[in-house]
Amino acid sequence: MSVGPLVDIGLALLILSLAVWIIATRATYRAAEGFVAYGLLAALVWVRLGSVDVALTEAALGSGLTGLLLLRAAARLPADDPAETSRPSPGLRLLVGVLSALVAAGLAAVVLLLPEPAPSLAPAAMASLPETGLGNPVTGVLLAYRAVDTLGESVVLVLALAGLWSLAADGAWGGRPASLRSAPAGNALRFLAQVLPPFGILVAIHIFWIGADYPGGKFQAATILAAMWVLVLVAGLRQPPPVTSRRMRWLVVFGSLAFLAIGLAGIGLADAFLAYPDGWAKPLILVIEATLTLSIAVILGLLLAGPPADDRSEPGS
Amino acid sequence: MSEATLFGLCAAALVGLGLYGLVCHPGALRKILAFNLLGSGVFLLFGVVARRGADPASGLGGDPVPQALVITGLVVAFAATAIAVALVLRLAATLGRTGLEPERPAGPDRKPEDRS
Repeated sequence: MSVGPLVDIGLALLILSLAVWIIATRATYRAAEGFVAYGLLAALVWVRLGSVDVALTEAALGSGLTGLLLLRAAARLPADDPAETSRPSPGLRLLVGVLSALVAAGLAAVVLLLPEPAPSLAPAAMASLPETGLGNPVTGVLLAYRAVDTLGESVVLVLALAGLWSLAADGAWGGRPASLRSAPAGNALRFLAQVLPPFGILVAIHIFWIGADYPGGKFQAATILAAMWVLVLVAGLRQPPPVTSRRMRWLVVFGSLAFLAIGLAGIGLADAFLAYPDGWAKPLILVIEATLTLSIAVILGLLLAGPPADDRSEPGS
Repeated sequence: MSEATLFGLCAAALVGLGLYGLVCHPGALRKILAFNLLGSGVFLLFGVVARRGADPASGLGGDPVPQALVITGLVVAFAATAIAVALVLRLAATLGRTGLEPERPAGPDRKPEDRS
């Protein structure tokens, strides 16, 4: 364990210098590239903090999908024109820097003054876990103790997709999402998009299945599934469905509806909204996780694919 | 110094950096990037609190409640980023620029802008 502190210090220095570089560099595309590396380093920090579930999510979602989103946007946007975008004056920047440093110092003081011994819900979370049939307490929190948060989140994702689609130009409604369309893909990318998805889907199913007992679960599995779909879309092997496709819309709301239906059934069968009848917790949680995985994967892919665009007026495609 | 304290200080610095970038960067996409950095710092603070709540008796490396909150937060942060990026792209497609400052009347030090 003597190497541990050295690794931690090195990791902290690396992540801080990368963050400084992301803020300081002038090229937007470079900053987006830096953010991908930053996400992977953050995933390592999560491992060092003992949160492997979060590390998986951070690596797949925070680094992978968010990175792709930002890189695509940086590549599509016209380069910042220095005459057009005026930076704040040096005096103002200094003032903002001092105030930001004050906020950081305040947070640092909070970290140093955290109460001892630390309050923890870990024993309480472990005490009731056998009743749910789960072995992973994080899944227990997400789908049993605080299932209402997860239900709300799955609805937020549907609403986010509706918000994204509403940004479409009037003439483009009913078209296919176009943000992932690119110049004809090279052979290597097309080959990768044909070979990788079967393995990716297997990995996703594995991550989903072990999520009940070990780090993993629906969000991580859905992110991997979405990544495989997006790879196929970027390579141009398939087109995203038009936003008016009824089948796709059912897929988008399917997870939330199944979750809600099981939650409402809990009122009659177990005396509370989102409560599970005795002995039925594990199978019901698996059903919810499976449907949510599918829906979240579709939603994440569609969020990356962007609002629908008119095929004829789309520039640069 | 424990790893929780070390990464806690690191997270505090990340929040400060993200805040500075959010206010000072003129480009909208850079503001989104800085905001994600800020959010990442906040998530790490949750991770630090979770780590301090580790329960060796049950073999847990951290308090699962803040960890679950962060997983939910990461997914929502991605959805929010996707909408923000779509807004910026739409703004750029409509106005042909990515800066956020309002169109000012042409001053002596600025070239006159075409208003279509």
